[in-house]
Amino acid sequence: MGYQGIGASVRRKEDLRFLSGKGNYTDDINRPGQLYAVIKRSDRPHATIDSIDIAAASAAPGVVKVFTGADIVEAGLGGIPCGWQIHNIDGTPMAEPMHPVLAVGKVRHVGDPVAVVIAESRQDAKNAAELLDIAYTDMSAVANLTDAVKPGAVEVHDGVGGNICYDWAIGDKAIVDGVFANAHKVVKLDLTNNRLIPNAMEPRVALGDFDTSSGDWTLYTTSQNPHVIRLLMGAFVLHIPENKLRVVAPDVGGGFGSKIYHYAEEAIVTWAAGKLRRPVKWTADRSESFMSDAHGRDHVSTAEMAIDKEGHFLGLRITTLANMGAYLSTFAPAVPTYLYATLLAGVYKTPVIYCNVKAVFTNTVPVDAYRGAGRPEATYLLERLVDVIALETGIDKVELRRKNFIGVDAFPYQTPVALQYDSGDYQTTLKVALKNADWDGFEARRAEAKKRGKLRGIGISTYVEACGIAPSAVVGSLGARAGLYEVAEIRVHPTGSVTVFTGTHSHGQGHETTFAQLVVDQLGVPFDQIEIVHGDTAKIPFGMGTYGSRSLPVGGSAMVKAMDKVIAKGKKIAAHLMEAAVEDIEFKDNTFTVAGTDKSKTLTDISLAAYVPHNYPIEELEPGLDETAFYDPKNFTFPGGCHIAEVEIDPETGVVEMVGFTAVDDVGRVVNPMIVEGQVQGGVAQGIGQALMEACTYDSDGQLLSGSYMDYAMPRANDIPGSLSVATENTLCTHNPLGSKGCGEVGAIGSPPAVINAVVDALKEYGVRHLDMPATGAKLWSIIQAAPSSGHTPAMAAE
Amino acid sequence: MYDFAYQKPGSLADAVSVLSGDMEAKALAGGQTFIPVLKQRLNKPSTVVDLAGLGLSGITVSGDVITIGAMTRHADIASNADIKAKIPGLAHQASLIGDEAVRHRGTMGGSLANNDPAACYPSALLALGGTIKTDRRTIAADDFFQGMFTTALDQGEIITSIDLPIPEKSAYEKFRNPASRYAIVGVFVAKFASGVRLAITGASQGGVFRHTEMEKALSANFAPDAIAGIVTPADGLNGDIHASAEYRAHLIGVISKRAVAKAA
Repeated sequence: MGYQGIGASVRRKEDLRFLSGKGNYTDDINRPGQLYAVIKRSDRPHATIDSIDIAAASAAPGVVKVFTGADIVEAGLGGIPCGWQIHNIDGTPMAEPMHPVLAVGKVRHVGDPVAVVIAESRQDAKNAAELLDIAYTDMSAVANLTDAVKPGAVEVHDGVGGNICYDWAIGDKAIVDGVFANAHKVVKLDLTNNRLIPNAMEPRVALGDFDTSSGDWTLYTTSQNPHVIRLLMGAFVLHIPENKLRVVAPDVGGGFGSKIYHYAEEAIVTWAAGKLRRPVKWTADRSESFMSDAHGRDHVSTAEMAIDKEGHFLGLRITTLANMGAYLSTFAPAVPTYLYATLLAGVYKTPVIYCNVKAVFTNTVPVDAYRGAGRPEATYLLERLVDVIALETGIDKVELRRKNFIGVDAFPYQTPVALQYDSGDYQTTLKVALKNADWDGFEARRAEAKKRGKLRGIGISTYVEACGIAPSAVVGSLGARAGLYEVAEIRVHPTGSVTVFTGTHSHGQGHETTFAQLVVDQLGVPFDQIEIVHGDTAKIPFGMGTYGSRSLPVGGSAMVKAMDKVIAKGKKIAAHLMEAAVEDIEFKDNTFTVAGTDKSKTLTDISLAAYVPHNYPIEELEPGLDETAFYDPKNFTFPGGCHIAEVEIDPETGVVEMVGFTAVDDVGRVVNPMIVEGQVQGGVAQGIGQALMEACTYDSDGQLLSGSYMDYAMPRANDIPGSLSVATENTLCTHNPLGSKGCGEVGAIGSPPAVINAVVDALKEYGVRHLDMPATGAKLWSIIQAAPSSGHTPAMAAE
Repeated sequence: MYDFAYQKPGSLADAVSVLSGDMEAKALAGGQTFIPVLKQRLNKPSTVVDLAGLGLSGITVSGDVITIGAMTRHADIASNADIKAKIPGLAHQASLIGDEAVRHRGTMGGSLANNDPAACYPSALLALGGTIKTDRRTIAADDFFQGMFTTALDQGEIITSIDLPIPEKSAYEKFRNPASRYAIVGVFVAKFASGVRLAITGASQGGVFRHTEMEKALSANFAPDAIAGIVTPADGLNGDIHASAEYRAHLIGVISKRAVAKAA
């Protein structure tokens, strides 16, 4: 067995159990006497509930209880809370309408939960749910952003005028307007960021249990952050004190953000378990996932860049409408503001930026963070705009980027939109990506493709993102209702093996491997003597979970700090045992040594002494070797890089084939290169999905048209180019002890604009300036048809 | 799914008897459409009659006809040496249906009886001018398909095998729905000494159909150029969030040319 510390591509130790069917997912957990809950959901986009007759359903075979919104109100439960408050330009707080656990009086989107049937079997519950007699009066509905803000549009929530949740801005509008007034040229682009459905492989599941002897509740749930769920559900919805509520998130099969949030079903099963004194389980159907998991993206924006005659960016001005859906999901308000507008400088030294964001309620499923969360929207907008500037100024698109890059010597770099980038080297990631993608050889490939009747295009995206979420005081000042530190406990056992209790949560990322490598590296403990524990509030300290590429930069940093404490205490014990001064003790390779001597003790010697403190400095030191550290990051981390996509379009059908993709990312220190490569591959696959295939589609009346895999196009393995090339060129994060920046989202952030830039490049002989995602065959065929002839009149088909 | 009774008869006569005696009974072939439909509670049969015990699978060649048992699975059709050699378009078509798991459960008879307007096999049967054999009669392909999800089969009538004449040349070209991977336009072309037959699935509101104008042109000259000028009207074609009727009309021309090029 070779080296298994930082930098080694250690095989993922969790994969054996996942691949052999031995994972322990929430739906694998069953409790004695368990009942089954089926949620009756609205099939109406917007309607008043005139009556609900539960008599027939309640009398159906196997049914134990039917609950409706009225029961929830009577029980005095709270609404589903929102974890982030945004303030309007005028200083007033955002509109925060009630988000009921079960609908009361009205339904506001297809999928809105109306009632729950609890029965002895899932089949009984499903049969009975069909017997619920719900009388609705349909109301007109709004599904898309531009309709929702039109004067006279129906209000999704009474009293929320114009459906505006908030009207927020960043930057000084007067200054930016002044720059635009005097600019050499202004380039403007209208664009949308298409709405996505997350589609984690494992649908959501929630199992509530109540222990009649202890009076404790337990919720087993598909969550990325069990402590966040315990806090939100216990404190705000069910009013259960935290000491009586345990939340377990066991193996979780993918989240991509959709399993961050506190969902109604979690509260329903936990509350019902207490009420009925029996465990209650709910498992989502795939169809339910489409209409109840929080969706992602869904922006409509206008972007303008003011430039001088050399193409230097002078100022950026943006207005964005962001869809919130029918209710505010846990972190929804933060996504189009502090995770979006603060990224609009990108990798460029644009001196002034103004962005106005209106968040809008619609009769659709709530929208929240989805892999990248705001940063893909910012990156897509900016990198498309830069390509259009290149097109309209005639400046080479690589040269235009280079001349506007923040220089390698400019760090720490303060952007005009609040963030301070700590490190990065955009010229290097660009240079390596151009080389890896054989950028210079492209025109030959284009000519060769043309001989085969194909339109070949190449597209580039240079990006930075902000993750490692997040400094608690900073996010608190921006409206977060939570701290975003992380925690780790390092328990060195008497015989020297180690258990790590982490507040982060692995739902596919491979933490059990990566985190063990940190312990190998710092404590020198063999890989197979390290256990990583996560996902159970009864075991782990209060941590904030996994999202925003935070597990390694924030959670890993907490581990490093806790291990520092272990070593510091171990040195004191070693000093005692070896009768030396603490200052003279060195620790390396699992061994404490008295400097300059051959006297040494292994970590196992020390841990044994700590737990069997016969010869021990008991007057000054507590027994045991078990240390906890909380780490609150000093700043966000700023991964960045360059993505290059190469496509071929079949002009007869419009179909795009990805023929090459090159990613060169700066993710800071890499612990496991194989896992980083996998994370980037997965993110790029999702980005390609967004760019070419995925479209959550509502009709104008609010019916979800893409409600199954028959109509929602997910990328398959053969949609991803076999030549997908992933490399890193890293600069270290300067403010966390690992130097790591995070890699979970870079693929999904950097790739969509690279793909669309390539598609637009391929269509350049048709005069295409822009087209919105997804670039489906049908859409491109229409654009090609609308072009009068190749190479002449600019077609604005997609505008 | 709703509760239902399950029967697995050991003889064709018993299966026909159960299905004929109960209007609510449904036959189960490979189940790759039917079981998802049941799981979504879109169908509520009284009894599901499993046809797996009737010995209806197998592929035989006899003179200029290949006979495929109704319960023969896609994977077996895709990999059968005789079909690959004699009707390569069909072997290729079967290899494009669903995914590996679907191809190892789904059957040709089940697909034909269902007559999904976006299914692949109806185009092969129609283009090859095949014959459906049932428990009681034979039905020519031209008479079998009667609009989407509708066939000439009577209640309780079971397809036992499919006879497919061996053409001189054949090919199938499929333009997939990016989400479901069913055909948005699927074209099967077969060239016989007597002429060319070309059938299109996925495109029409009426289900699979023969493109007689193309057949005529191709019978005179079996080359892609022969049909290059043929415009298919969009009237009567399907339109949905993936492809408009106009796009499908256009694709019929493109995909047909490609099918001919592949066969020629």
